[in-house]
Amino acid sequence: MLSNIGNFLLFINILLSFIIIYSSLNCLKSSNNLISKNIYRTSLLQSTFIIVCFFSLISAFIVSDFSLITVYQNSHSLKPLFYKISGTWGNHEGSLLLWVIILTIFSFLFLVFNKNHPKNYRVYTLVIQNLLILGFLFFILFNSNPFSVIKPFPKEGLGLNPILQDPALAIHPPLLYIGFVGSSIYFSAAMASLITNYSASGFAQSIKNWVLVSWVFQTLGILVGSIWAYYELGWGGFWFWDPVENASLLPWFAMTALLHSLLVLEKRNSLYFWTIILCLLTFTLSVTGTFLVRSGILNSVHTFANDPARGLYILIFLSLMILASIYFLFIKYKPSHDQINSNSKETFILINNWFMMFYLITVLLGTLYPIFTDALSDNKISVGPPFYNSVIIPIVVVFLLFMAIGPQTKWIKNKFTNLKYLLIMFSGALIINFAIAYFFRSLSLISNLIIISSIFLIISSFFDFFRKPRINLPRIISHLSFGFLIFFIGLNHNFSVEKDFNLKLGETKKIDNYNFYLQDLKLNQYSNYKAVVGKLQISNLATNEIRTLKPEIRIYNNPETLTYEASIQTNFFRDYYLTMSNIDRSEYYNIKFQEKPLMIWIWISVITLSFGGFLSLFRNAKNN
Amino acid sequence: MQKIIKSSIALLFIFIIGVFFVSLNKNPSYDTKNLTGKEIINIKLESFENNEFFTNKDFSDNKYTLINFWASWCAPCRIEHPNLMELSKEQNIKILGINFKDRKANALKFLEDLGNPYDYLVKDVNGKQSVNFGIYGIPESILLNNKFVVIKKFIGPLNMDDLENIKRIIRVL
Repeated sequence: MLSNIGNFLLFINILLSFIIIYSSLNCLKSSNNLISKNIYRTSLLQSTFIIVCFFSLISAFIVSDFSLITVYQNSHSLKPLFYKISGTWGNHEGSLLLWVIILTIFSFLFLVFNKNHPKNYRVYTLVIQNLLILGFLFFILFNSNPFSVIKPFPKEGLGLNPILQDPALAIHPPLLYIGFVGSSIYFSAAMASLITNYSASGFAQSIKNWVLVSWVFQTLGILVGSIWAYYELGWGGFWFWDPVENASLLPWFAMTALLHSLLVLEKRNSLYFWTIILCLLTFTLSVTGTFLVRSGILNSVHTFANDPARGLYILIFLSLMILASIYFLFIKYKPSHDQINSNSKETFILINNWFMMFYLITVLLGTLYPIFTDALSDNKISVGPPFYNSVIIPIVVVFLLFMAIGPQTKWIKNKFTNLKYLLIMFSGALIINFAIAYFFRSLSLISNLIIISSIFLIISSFFDFFRKPRINLPRIISHLSFGFLIFFIGLNHNFSVEKDFNLKLGETKKIDNYNFYLQDLKLNQYSNYKAVVGKLQISNLATNEIRTLKPEIRIYNNPETLTYEASIQTNFFRDYYLTMSNIDRSEYYNIKFQEKPLMIWIWISVITLSFGGFLSLFRNAKNN
Repeated sequence: MQKIIKSSIALLFIFIIGVFFVSLNKNPSYDTKNLTGKEIINIKLESFENNEFFTNKDFSDNKYTLINFWASWCAPCRIEHPNLMELSKEQNIKILGINFKDRKANALKFLEDLGNPYDYLVKDVNGKQSVNFGIYGIPESILLNNKFVVIKKFIGPLNMDDLENIKRIIRVL
């Protein structure tokens, strides 16, 4: 029953897309500057139907309708309601439906919110966006249909992978999808802009809020994923340079560059083609990431079931997208004669873009290189954190310095009148850095540089609050947060303590300043898992602080899986992080204890970073 | 000039898409199953203590050699260590420990705390040697016979079953 409704709605949506494309192309022929009401209505209907379609899949998960293969493979009747619902998008088929929802809703909203831009430009955007929607609808219907039926009906489902049964992972995919699928709308707009020659600053105005929306959500999506990795994967790290993590970071770099170059296009009417390239690149990278993850080429925590046919479809789709982008870009490209003064805000924004491109290319190379060597020479290699850390970190230092100076400059032609202040601020940063190094422990050269440059950015952004007659609050908040983010990561990295040892029940072990005592082990039974809960007392001999941490070893029943749950105590100064794992046929448990300073501030910095973007969105809305 | 740039950009994208296409039809999971039954020649490993090298000759008198890749920073290595200690009591086998991307002081501390099961100890500071053995994560272990043929490969920590398995193989002699 639900299967029929779902399939029917998918089919109707395909039909609606065709109608929209057809009537849009018809609408181009009319000479007035109005888009017919019918197009609005059809577009609204399309959004409504796809949402209803998604809700029918959600209800299939809620009532545990195992006649649908997707529900059978990813749910279980004993699962808590919350995870039944989040299971809807925790799998390949359901998440593709989420893709299409975002494509469709963005398409409708773009149509509604851009009424003061030329008709042709809006209509072409709608047509291209609907071509994308069609591509994904066909993909869903013929290859990855969440409403496929299984016969005979199984009585029970296989269950959702336990590590996905987590609140953070329930919201991580939707956030991330709004981010990178949202970038589709400025892909379509950029194509439309090339086709209709709508290149004035109006184009920048029409897409800047969409770039902001996708950037804010992409940032939050990456954050939630990192927090999840931090407490769930049990290594105590939050970023592993896993290829799939990289896949979410690549569009982020492109979006961040775009966010900045749009300023130049809007204010100075230059860098048009560069901005277009960034628009096209962002969504292309998003689809590339999807291809890498869904085709099963990459192996990582995010692996979906491997299916070459699936990969082939996305690859064809991706190729067509790239082909079309390159074609229109090449026929419309005119060498620009932008006059940009080397000492001006424009130049500093361009510098930001160069850095973003540098990071993008570095991460892209690191991600693709193993795939290339494997395909071309059968040579299996892996590119890990040492590569990224050694290439990216030194460059971050220079980047932060430019990021601090850039906003102080003026458009068109700048004069450094405040050089004295910059020097004072820089000396302040030096003093604070050496105070940290002196009071705590010596730092390595690169950590010193990272901390100095981040403090420099923090101080200079902070003084921006008072300096100008008209302050740019969103920008200051975001830059300040980014400074703090790097600062906290730097300190966290330097002053983290890690202990690794084996302990049995009742045993006490003294390591450096700490005393560890495994006081108790308890077996608890829950609805979908049982857990061995350890009670570990940790006393700090230097400060006489005693704290109790309770790590768990969980045994999930559907599917039967063992997971290790870290016990984390967080306060404003540090996180205490402890994982416990059983040792095969032994009474000993392996304990991994970490003390991680200022951990919570890393998360807070990212939240305020995206809050800056949100504020900017709010301000733009108010100005309109 | 513009034409050249345009066509190279187009070619680059075609190349990338081509590689993606080739990768689609490949098995993504790294598989070293084929290693079993192969002979490992040209072993050359740097001693942990000094700059001397171990080669095939040094191991040719052993009936069986178990090559174990470990590091002090690797938590599962701690888990398997008691099993290696147990195995070191066996007569017919010598254990070669390859200390993987580790600091010397930490490695020594590890052995001091948990015991040293290794008959030979070598280092692989940058992890290059281990790649030649088809290692992609540690701990891993490779069981060789006296002709340097790989009999079995163990990925992940050696558990009790693996230990029994190895004992069964080497006690046949």
